[in-house]
Order: sequence, then C-alpha cells, then structure tokens
Amino acid sequence: MKNSPIITVKNISKKYNINHQQGGYIALRDVITNIFKNPFTFLKTKTKEVLGIETKEEFWALKDINFEIMKGEVIGIVGRNGAGKSTLLKILSQITPPTTGEIRINGTVGSLLEVGTGFHPELTGRENIFLNGAILGMKKKDIVRKFDEIVKFADIEKFLDTPVKYYSSGMYVRLAFSVAAHMETDILIIDEVLAVGDAEFQKKCLGKMNEITKEEGRTILFVSHNMGSVKQLCNKTILLSNGKIIDFGETENITEKYLSLSKETTSEKWENKGNEFNNEYFKPEKFYISKEKDDSLWVNIETTINKLDESLTVGYALYSEDNTLLYWSYQTDSKESDWPELNIGNNKIKSKLPTEIFNSGIYKIELIASLYFKEWIISPNNINPTIFFNFSKKFNESKYWVQKRPGIITPNNQWKIIK
Amino acid sequence: MSNSHTTVIKPKKIFSFSSLSEVWEYRELLYFFTWRDLKVRYKQTAIGALWAIFQPFITMVVFSVFFGGLLKIPSDGVPYPIFVYTGLLFWQFFSSALSDTSNVLITNQAIITKVYFPRLILPLSSVMTKFIDFGIAAVILVGMMFYYNYTPHLVGLLIIPLLLIITFMVSTGLGLFLASINVKYRDVRYALPFFIQILMFVTPVIYPASIAGKYSWILALNPMMGVIQSARAALLGTTVLNWTLVSISLLATFILMLIGIYTFKKTERYFADII
Repeated sequence: MKNSPIITVKNISKKYNINHQQGGYIALRDVITNIFKNPFTFLKTKTKEVLGIETKEEFWALKDINFEIMKGEVIGIVGRNGAGKSTLLKILSQITPPTTGEIRINGTVGSLLEVGTGFHPELTGRENIFLNGAILGMKKKDIVRKFDEIVKFADIEKFLDTPVKYYSSGMYVRLAFSVAAHMETDILIIDEVLAVGDAEFQKKCLGKMNEITKEEGRTILFVSHNMGSVKQLCNKTILLSNGKIIDFGETENITEKYLSLSKETTSEKWENKGNEFNNEYFKPEKFYISKEKDDSLWVNIETTINKLDESLTVGYALYSEDNTLLYWSYQTDSKESDWPELNIGNNKIKSKLPTEIFNSGIYKIELIASLYFKEWIISPNNINPTIFFNFSKKFNESKYWVQKRPGIITPNNQWKIIK
Repeated sequence: MSNSHTTVIKPKKIFSFSSLSEVWEYRELLYFFTWRDLKVRYKQTAIGALWAIFQPFITMVVFSVFFGGLLKIPSDGVPYPIFVYTGLLFWQFFSSALSDTSNVLITNQAIITKVYFPRLILPLSSVMTKFIDFGIAAVILVGMMFYYNYTPHLVGLLIIPLLLIITFMVSTGLGLFLASINVKYRDVRYALPFFIQILMFVTPVIYPASIAGKYSWILALNPMMGVIQSARAALLGTTVLNWTLVSISLLATFILMLIGIYTFKKTERYFADII
C-alpha cells in the first residue's frame, strides 16, 4: 500500500458566480423590487437563464487541478493572493464542493483553516479545549488522553478555568493552535495559521509540525505566504496562479520560481480600468512609483472622491520579497494640520519611500484605504491595487560595504568612539 | 489504518442514508454543541437555569388571570391554570426550537465556513437544548398535577413520549426547511417571530380545541394541535384520546420532516458559499 497515493485530485475546478456584489446573502425584497423596477430585464435574464443561454459573470477560482500526494509527504501550497489556495483547501476539507472533478482521500482529514474555530468567549480554557476538539473532529476520549499535553504546549495552566474572553490574544492563539496540533488525523490541512502569534511561538509551532511529520509519518498540506517556513517544513510544493497549477516539485525550485514569477509580473504602475474599486468615498485611479531629481522614490496615489468623509485614510502597505509586511503608512500619520487636504473630485497625493533603509530586492506595495475605525474601503492582503518595484541599493562611501547584506533593512547607522 | 477510511469528494452528492449515519458518527459533537448552548446561555445571569421555569410559569399566571379569570375562556372542565400550562409547555418547546433551528446556521456561520461536519448536527442540537428546557419546565406541571390532584392513566403516560417525538420532528422538519432558506434569504429572520405568533392563535394553546367543533380535523393538519389536545386528554382527561387526530398529526409531521430533510440536504453543501 505504500505506493498508492493518500490524496488523488483529478480535474478539480471551482466556479463562483459573481452576481451579488453586496456580499453573501440577499433579501427577498431586493429580488422583488428588482423585478418591478426592471421587469423586462428581469424577464430577459430569466428566460436566458432557463434556456441556458445566459452565462452569468463567472469566476473560476480553480481550473483543472490534478495532483497526487503520497503518505507522509509535507506539501506546501504557495501563490499570490487570489491564486486559489484557500479555495483548494476548502474543497479538500469538504467545506465547499468542487464544480467538476473528483478527489479521493484514503484517510482521516483534519483541517485547520483558522485558529480557534468555534471557541466560545464565555467558556473557560478547559471547556474550550473540549468544544474546539470536538468541532475539529476529535473524540472525547482522545481529548481526555491528550489534555495535559495540550495544556502544557499552550502554556496556560494557570488560566485553565478562566473564560477565554479574559485571555490575552497570545494565550488565545496558543491554546487554539495547541488543540489543533494534537489532532490525530492521517492528513492535516493548514492555512496560514502561523501568521499569528509571536515569533517564539511560531517557532514552537513549526517545531511541533516537524515532529508530527517526522515521527508520526503524517501527511500535511500547508499554505503559507512565508517562504521561510515553507522551505523549512515542506519537501514538495505546489505553485498556484490564477486557479491553475503552474508547477509542482521540490520546494527549493518552486519557491525560487515563485519569487521570480512575481518579479516577471513586476509592474510599477497600476491604473483603474474603469469601474474597479468603485466607492463614493474613495476610488483609486492611478497608483505608481515616481522618481524625483534627487533620486528619491515616491508612492503616488491619484483618486476620485465623490463624497467627503473626514475619517478617510489613504495609504499603502509595503511588503518585502517573501511577503513580510514591513509597514503601513497613511496620509494621516502626521499631526492633523499637516495632513494633505482631500477634496471632492480628483486628488493627487504622494509619499516619500524611506529608501535609505531598504535593502536591495523586490518590494510589493498595496494600496489601502479605509474610513478610520469604521470600515475598510480597500483592505490589505486582499485583491487590491498592487505594484512591485525592484530596488537596488546604492552602496555608500564605505569601502567594505560593497555587496548585498542579509536582512530586510540596511540602515546606515552612525558609529562613534566613546572617550 | 488509513485504508479504513476513504472519502470521495465529488461535485454533486446524491442523497443517501450514509450521510445520515454520519450524524451518528458525530454524535459527540451533537452533545458538545448542546452542552455549549446550555452552558453559555445562562452565564452572567443571577438566577441561571431558573429562567427555563420562570418564563412559562409567569406566562401561565398572566394567561390564567386574563384569559381564564376575566375572559372566562372554557377549559374543558379542568382548572384553567393547569389547562393552559400543559398547552404552553408543548407550545414553547415547539416555538423556541423552531426559531432557534431556523437561525442556527446563521449564528454558527463562522464554524460552517471553516470546518466540515454534518451540518444536520447544528439544528438537531438546538432542538435538544430546547428539549432540556422542556424537561425543566415540566417539573412545574408535575407539581401542578399534585396540587390539583390529577393522576394520569397508564395509556396517557405512554403516549407522552410519542407526543414529544412529534413535537421534536415538527420543529426539526420545519426548522430545517426554514434554516435552508435563511442561508440565502434573511427574510426568514424577520418573518418567523410573526409567523410563530399567528400560529399560536390557530393552535389551541389558550383555548380548547373543542370550540372548533366538527372542523377540528382541519386544525389537526397543524400537528401541534394534535399534540396539545392529546397531551391534555392524556394527562388531565379533558377529552377521550382521539387516535384519528394523533394519526393525522403524525402523517403531517412525517411530510414536514421529509420536506425539511430534503431541502436541507439539497442545499447543505453550498451553505459555506452563500451564507
């Protein structure tokens, strides 16, 4: 049996119809008002729908996915935002059905798409271990058997009988991950959960996952943006882009390919093709990098504002090559009197990049905008206007500093002798 | 070990009984959800589970004063308080279970979009929770029966489980149907309280079924009518047990249950996409 795959994925595709923009559900009222407002359009689309002529606006989140995974393999899944990684995991975890194709899984599956699913704030740590364990599919007797281990790993002995609503976010995440890490399924599906928690705990989690695979021979599917942890954990990696598998092979090759792929598609300018990100408070028109005479780099945002809101914050998120967030910056970061004034109509604003501390490499910049503490207009880590730029650092006057150094930032620090 | 468990994921799942047996496999989760709901509900309340007794009790007192005392609504010859309490007990089990079941997918949205388990577990657990409330509130009824000196006869006691099963199934069946619709159309949430209120007036909770006379069989299409009337007949001896009525109720219940399960199963797999 060693040679038969534990997971076989054949021709999996997943289609979403994007016909309701206002989010998931609709009210019957809207359907009815729609019928009365545009009876002819409604009739036309309905007949077309019935006859099968009408093709709604379709979006293929996944298209013809095929792969096989052997027992004991640790597979990484990488790809840009919106490449279909999460959809693939959701199909594998049976949360949503595929539109076509078939998957055969020989073994029990545990999936961890989110840390602490089903945690109830009113219940104590102890109670939540049982509840969360049961939701993840563990049997009560297994939870009882593993209980001490879970508590020890999470390091929350003292707070076991405190409702988790009083936990710090760190404790909460530790407990949640700990429960999930002690699932005893043949296959474990994990989505980007290590992005939470502090560095030390992330290390502990990676260690635990290493242990799970090496000692217990379990199969793991692991989605991450962090190339570091993918390299550390996975022997093989799947590269997804636009819902298709671009490549599947040794992790080392794939991560390199992934990084170079994002280099190829580097574009230093984003332009609104018409009605993208249409929002009355803030509609992005152009988003690009410009260079001034003194060689400084500036992030430029051009926007149309149809309705003024005082709480509008516009800015960008900057990421390094391996998708580590470096910082967020907003036009409202200084004291209020220095904020650039935004008016109804077209606005152009720009912000200087602190390139003096940048290391050479490819940087990603996402446009973000929100109404302060009310809602995101364009949220980070989502589908948003994104540009990339390749930065090569100019070495300074030092005769020793002549090549690229490790590290995300390379500030030019002062050194002095103490007399 | 890994050979013992094979899952095949396909676009369309045809209805099969294996998906129902899966519910049995996950019975511990059913227990935990019920346990969670009971545990969480009365957190940070001063009198805790006493609320389960308070609500029907106070309702009974108010109804007895106004409907029994002032309006003099007939009660088939038994004291009005015990008459109306018997009705309320079953009615509240039904109505609270129905409204909880209809909203259970929405309230557990976060879990549904992140973890797989047979979705049927959720509505079942909300009915279970309400069943336990029923058990607590039933203590009052037993007390009242002692107070008013009623001894149920043996057949009467035996039929109570059947009536409970009917109530359980009606609220589950109707609840499953409404829950499936609620995933797409949130109108259910607004229409339901109103619907339940109307339903209470066409169900003999505060008045005896006998006032409908020879048309009472039409009312019996509402299974709760059969349940409440039979419960009164069995426990208080208000009327003779009408087996035709019970059968009609049972039949209506089965149809409701089938419609409920069918709708739920048909839409179940897409909950996570549209919720």
